[in-house]
Amino acid sequence: MELTKKNEGQVIIKPPISSVGIPGWIRENLFSSPFNTFLTIIIISILWFSIIPFLKWALIDSSWLPDANCKASGGACWSVISSNYKIILFGFYPQNILWRPITAIFMLVILLFISRNRNYWNAFLGYTWIISLVIMGILLKGGIFGLETVDIQKWGGIILTLLLSVFGLTAAYPLGVFLALGRQSKMPVFKTFCIFYIELIRGVPLISLLFMSSVVFPLFLPEGVSINAILRAQVAIIMFTAAYIAEVVRGGLQGMNKGQFEAADSLGLNYFQTMRLIILPQALKIVIPPSVSILISAFKDTSLVVIIGLYDLLKTTQVTLSEPKWMGFSAEAYIFIAIIYFGCCFFMSNYSRKLEKELDTGL
Amino acid sequence: MTEKKNRKEDISSEDTVIEIINMHKWYGDFHVLNNINLTVKRKEIIVVCGPSGSGKSTLIRCINRLEEHQKGQIIVDGIELTKDLKNIEKVRSEVGMVFQHFNLFPHLTIVENLTIGPIWVRKIPKKEAEEMAMVYLEKVQIAEQAAKFPGQLSGGQQQRVAIARSLCMKPNIMLFDEATSALDPEMVKEVLDVMIDLAQGGMTMIVVTHEMGFAKSVAHRVLFMDEGEIIEENEPEEFFNNPQNDRTKTFLSQILY
Repeated sequence: MELTKKNEGQVIIKPPISSVGIPGWIRENLFSSPFNTFLTIIIISILWFSIIPFLKWALIDSSWLPDANCKASGGACWSVISSNYKIILFGFYPQNILWRPITAIFMLVILLFISRNRNYWNAFLGYTWIISLVIMGILLKGGIFGLETVDIQKWGGIILTLLLSVFGLTAAYPLGVFLALGRQSKMPVFKTFCIFYIELIRGVPLISLLFMSSVVFPLFLPEGVSINAILRAQVAIIMFTAAYIAEVVRGGLQGMNKGQFEAADSLGLNYFQTMRLIILPQALKIVIPPSVSILISAFKDTSLVVIIGLYDLLKTTQVTLSEPKWMGFSAEAYIFIAIIYFGCCFFMSNYSRKLEKELDTGL
Repeated sequence: MTEKKNRKEDISSEDTVIEIINMHKWYGDFHVLNNINLTVKRKEIIVVCGPSGSGKSTLIRCINRLEEHQKGQIIVDGIELTKDLKNIEKVRSEVGMVFQHFNLFPHLTIVENLTIGPIWVRKIPKKEAEEMAMVYLEKVQIAEQAAKFPGQLSGGQQQRVAIARSLCMKPNIMLFDEATSALDPEMVKEVLDVMIDLAQGGMTMIVVTHEMGFAKSVAHRVLFMDEGEIIEENEPEEFFNNPQNDRTKTFLSQILY
């Protein structure tokens, strides 16, 4: 409906100039009353006295080069990063073949970006994922095609963080959905098992699960059998996250209108078809925001593997900081990994909002 | 009216599609359906009316086992409804149902709503199912909305889509559970027109409704239910002009003002 198509003689009244544009916005939101004006001034002065010194510390007085003399400058010592980024990002991965993990991470990032677009979700993308994961595994592990073998114990830093979180989250989500369906199921034994599992896992902290996986679990293995520590931590993270996802998904299932089940039943769809085609697409859409919260917090919780001696991003940073030369510069190092974590979390939450918008069908 | 008479002759006395024998149902201790006996012939149109809470919706929901009966028999198209899931799914795929609140699938487009049953239950190829869906959408005069989502349609349009969705399964029997009672008044007619059209096409229908005009013009029989029992059962003319039971008389005086 364009303005020009309006009836003749109908006067179009525009809003007053003072309420539109930047000056209008400022007046409306920052200086609309004496109290508001007072608050605005207070906040601007707080920002002034905090942001300016921070920028001075972080940018102006700071030293960036690997061999800079940090103690003298008085500003931020980003040299801690530039000198140690290999250790922080890749742990004890042999430094002469870092191109391998870098390529693998690059592949992963590209795939994640492609997978953001739902139009590309087809069998081909699925195969691409599988093949790429195999290639990434080969790149990291080596051992064939003349690539030097790198022991899994040496995988560290961002490699380990990404490994634990990408596999952890992608495996935990379907397992959580399965548990939620189980908890709603009419089969008493299966249902009891799911309830028991969910409540048990939710009742203990992740740290205790990680401890159990690293200390208690190996006691039950037969002599001579050992399961890799990373794999055990991975399983603990999956089990833990799945229980939380299950409860969120259950909330979504309970929020479904009974009429949807009845309509699906009345068409003759069986249980699995009803769930897959009718109920889950709607229920999972409803619970996107809380599920993403859980995935984000699970992503950050992967840093807890520090306590069972795995060298994830946080641990490699701590290793760097324990060197006498870099003691006292923990703020810089932690800001650096905070930025990495923030980038990943922001990607997830941003994507979830995009997905919600795309899936919105107006009802 | 003459057309209705003609169709009555089509209804052969042998061709029974639904048979309900001494059927009872309880919700806890509450006796919702009390000794229901009903025989429905092919191409018969039956209107069920009665005060709210009388069990009329429950009755038709038992026919496709959305509700389970606890005593007696329900035989639909030769298949007795028992706990056997295969039989239940078979009956459901032969019996279409239209709900008061439409119950379209909001995450699917109109055409996907129509094809989901044929594709997954009837195993019809997608392309064929879509063509068939368009035929039925044409029939309920809503083909131009095929690519939209249910949330973008008016109530009357949604209900017509819901009818088309059931028809895509090529059902032998259609159940209507107060299909027009959630609609704005100006949309009731468009849905009733579709239902009348269907009735005249020879569909077997059981219709729970308060639209007495519909009952008068197309029904072969009207059932009146109260407190879980079928109180009175008659041809529409007799039913409206000469009700036998006191409760029927009271009910009719309340709705025909």
